[in-house]
Amino acid sequence: MGSVSLYKAETRRLVKRRFTKLFTIGALLILAAVAVGVFLTNEKVGPSQIAEATAHAQADYKQAVERTEQEKTTCESVQGTARAADYPPNCEFALPAESDFNPEWYMPPTFDLKENFGDMVTTMAAVLALVAFVIGASYVGAEWSSGGMMNLLLWRPRRLQVLSTKLSALLVGMTALTIVVAAAWTAIFYGIAKTRGVTTGMTSGVWQSTALMELRALVLVLVAGALGFGLASLGRHTAMALGVAIGVIVVFQFGVGAVLSIANVKFPELYLAPFWIVAWMTKKYTSEDYNSCNFDVTGGCQPETLTITWQMAGSALAIVVVLVVGAAMWTMRKRDIT
Amino acid sequence: MDAVLEIAGLQKTYRGRKGVRRALDGFDMVVEAGQVHGFLGPNGSGKTTTLRTLLGLIRANGGRMAILGQEVPAHLPSVAGQIGAIVESPQFFGNFTAWDTLSLLADAGGVRRQRVDAVLELVGLKDRAKERVRTYSLGMKQRLAVASALLKEPKLLILDEPANGLDPGGIREMRTLMRTLSESGMTVLLSSHILGEIQLICDSVTIIAAGRRVAAGSVADVLATHTSSSVKVRLEPGVDLLNAAEVLRGKGAQVELDTDFLTVGNASNPAQITRILAEQQIYVSELTPVSADLESVFLELTGTAPVEGQNRQVDQVAAAGWGQ
Repeated sequence: MGSVSLYKAETRRLVKRRFTKLFTIGALLILAAVAVGVFLTNEKVGPSQIAEATAHAQADYKQAVERTEQEKTTCESVQGTARAADYPPNCEFALPAESDFNPEWYMPPTFDLKENFGDMVTTMAAVLALVAFVIGASYVGAEWSSGGMMNLLLWRPRRLQVLSTKLSALLVGMTALTIVVAAAWTAIFYGIAKTRGVTTGMTSGVWQSTALMELRALVLVLVAGALGFGLASLGRHTAMALGVAIGVIVVFQFGVGAVLSIANVKFPELYLAPFWIVAWMTKKYTSEDYNSCNFDVTGGCQPETLTITWQMAGSALAIVVVLVVGAAMWTMRKRDIT
Repeated sequence: MDAVLEIAGLQKTYRGRKGVRRALDGFDMVVEAGQVHGFLGPNGSGKTTTLRTLLGLIRANGGRMAILGQEVPAHLPSVAGQIGAIVESPQFFGNFTAWDTLSLLADAGGVRRQRVDAVLELVGLKDRAKERVRTYSLGMKQRLAVASALLKEPKLLILDEPANGLDPGGIREMRTLMRTLSESGMTVLLSSHILGEIQLICDSVTIIAAGRRVAAGSVADVLATHTSSSVKVRLEPGVDLLNAAEVLRGKGAQVELDTDFLTVGNASNPAQITRILAEQQIYVSELTPVSADLESVFLELTGTAPVEGQNRQVDQVAAAGWGQ
């Protein structure tokens, strides 16, 4: 009963915080803006759009042919003068092929659910992960810096139980938010695809793959929340987590990225977090070393590649979370509260 | 009477870049049930460290502590529900209202919500309960802290400087509240620097200096043990005070000269004074023992009395070092 009441109180505290509300609303507004943007910049392709695109392609093709012939005529007329050097020898112009003007390229942008929804899930995961990180950091950081944590420990002296209950409340809260947002996100983009694109090819296998991708998005959100929470608890201040995040971005991403590229390291992406996150979300990321050359059967030169799989990325996320949250729990247990 | 709180040989050492500092050096304290017990000590003497250690916020390096007969910190989770405490200055999340703050604590501690309104009424915050804590004055935050400590109807109430920031009316209300709580059977441990208040409110006191207990017992006993043997001597008008002082000094008395009276410091037998002066045809018009108050006893015991021309540092106590 005791743990349940603490959990309920912590959930209430999390939801009641103005910071939680503001950041959640901010994230929802950003996602809404993305959805509106996609809706406005795409349109449904019907017979009239196909006819228009075909006509446009043919008109461009004709124009290109006319321009080439005009150039050929001009070339022939300047033969024997100094200007002949500006043109190819014997005025040999290759006429453009009709296939170079594919009507598909003239189609208006249309939202293909099967092709494009993955990027949208990644966008959603990135926004929610950022929100989870900041809310997680602020939730426990403000408790430490305001003295609320000490007050609570006077009521509930089991420190690990208090910290882990707070973390549970955060993770369950973020899970609920992510599930609701992901469901709405899927419905919204299904609607956009129906009205401004296509839903063809959405077999049960594709839906299953989409659901798994959303599950990975949920894991990413929870990892970000746990990291923000753990770092702020380690530093006993929200600023600790935000400082580490900024430090990681500036020093490890920009700094290390620049150093690695100067040093001509083979696969610099291996050392940069965003690529691991991309690998996690899209199941794999392949890095290519363009300075290397592996001869293929045709004698062509193929760059050496390194693939970060989702299993590798998942293991990396798990290790980071275990280290940070484990350190936060250890210091909670050991350090004096002054 | 049963002891609600027992501390024996408590030790806490801080290790820093400047070396090792003993915040608590074998400190002892006993608080009997139903008493209001004053806990006194100069800044940096170890009061807050003691309270934090007792409440499980700081890990002790040695010693034994028991609350309500249970060893702490081992059994703190089982007795925490019977201890209400505020430690040092009140700290709350500023964006929540007083009602939110207390109801969240009540939820976390499994206390019924009706208690929130009751304690807000008790500390005089009922009408301001729906305002954010960040808009509160220090005194109002202090009242809220006391309310949070009372929320679980504790058997032992530990209050660290509860009168901080309170106006005179608030201090008097706090005094009455302490008395009422004590009469209802609650044991109160009160740390304060307002020694006049302690003398008025408390049944017993413990005085700490440099991490050690330097005095303990009922207020009357502590005052009696350390009552000075000084006597104020007033003479007939027109008598030369300087001459009288010289006569007494000649007989070994420690005399301080004031504008219209003398203070004899080591007057274990005041009759001696009248006899010595009368032999010189000097007649005493008033002979009053100088009574000790808690403040002077505190300053004497802790060695923190101001010395003219010196700026005492926080950790600096009397050279003799009580309890060394």
